Amino acid sequence: MIFVSVGSMLPFERLVQAMDAWAGAHPDTKVVIQYGNGAYKPRHAQGFAMIPAAEYRRLVADAQLFVAHAGMGSIITAIQAGKPLLMLPRLQTLGEHNTDHQLATVKNVGNRPGLYSAADEVELVATIDRLLAAGAAIPAPISPHASPELIANIRGFIHGKKVA
Amino acid sequence: MPAQKPVRLLAIASGGGHWVQLLRLRPAWEGCAVSYASVHASSADDVPGCPYYDFTDASRRSLWRFPLVALQMLWLLLRVRPQVIVTTGAMPPLIALVLGRLFGARTLWVDSIANSERLSGSGDIARRFAHQVITQWPDLAHGNDPAYWGSVL
Repeated sequence: MIFVSVGSMLPFERLVQAMDAWAGAHPDTKVVIQYGNGAYKPRHAQGFAMIPAAEYRRLVADAQLFVAHAGMGSIITAIQAGKPLLMLPRLQTLGEHNTDHQLATVKNVGNRPGLYSAADEVELVATIDRLLAAGAAIPAPISPHASPELIANIRGFIHGKKVA
Repeated sequence: MPAQKPVRLLAIASGGGHWVQLLRLRPAWEGCAVSYASVHASSADDVPGCPYYDFTDASRRSLWRFPLVALQMLWLLLRVRPQVIVTTGAMPPLIALVLGRLFGARTLWVDSIANSERLSGSGDIARRFAHQVITQWPDLAHGNDPAYWGSVL
């Protein structure tokens, strides 16, 4: 099963349409798409506008490959689940987000093992076929919590200590 | 030592990555009386045993929702009466932070790790209102405003 998610806020038709077309061309592979409040409804894949958090995490855990926008929710969920993630960043020029920070995310966070990205829909589809054929790397396990340094500093702030 | 009353803390974030990052900070407020707030009712399942409140999401694309969100935040603050507010963004929690500061809360803005090349627009505004703004990228730190204290990853 391939799970596709556009995240919790804005529509992302480019990703939904590309993955629905992929599902149409690969009827033997189950594809589930969380498509948000986009106008395009999947015709070949199984589609849900929104998926509750627990169910969303279960779909990521059950998926062979997770395909999503380059949002931190998707990235952190994939890493925590140890699932390969293929990202298509939202572009400001296409009205897919308010800024191009997802391009920066791909550049600065996407270099971890098990995280892949595609520049456009053509590369996305080609990368899926390559990852399914050759096998994808799996993200290295991480702690369920932020860095001890960050935790300690915030704890200090909460209890009114000055941070050096 | 006499037992101290636990700090009343509001941990608040919008949905998606903002909420996921907030959850990764949980050990920081161990021992506090924490209430959570986010945009999906189902997120209550992520924080069993803690009071959870939901609010309407809004962004710069939906400015017309702001009066409603501001009223919700006011109502939230009156119920929780936080002494400390910690948020990982975005816009609606910024309103809670500003109002909460007026009510005397200590306020911390943790800019999302998604903002790796410049601070978010909301984070920039938060610099004017929060007691402390932190970035998760060392290169974006500017002394203590914003400061770099580490990252959620």
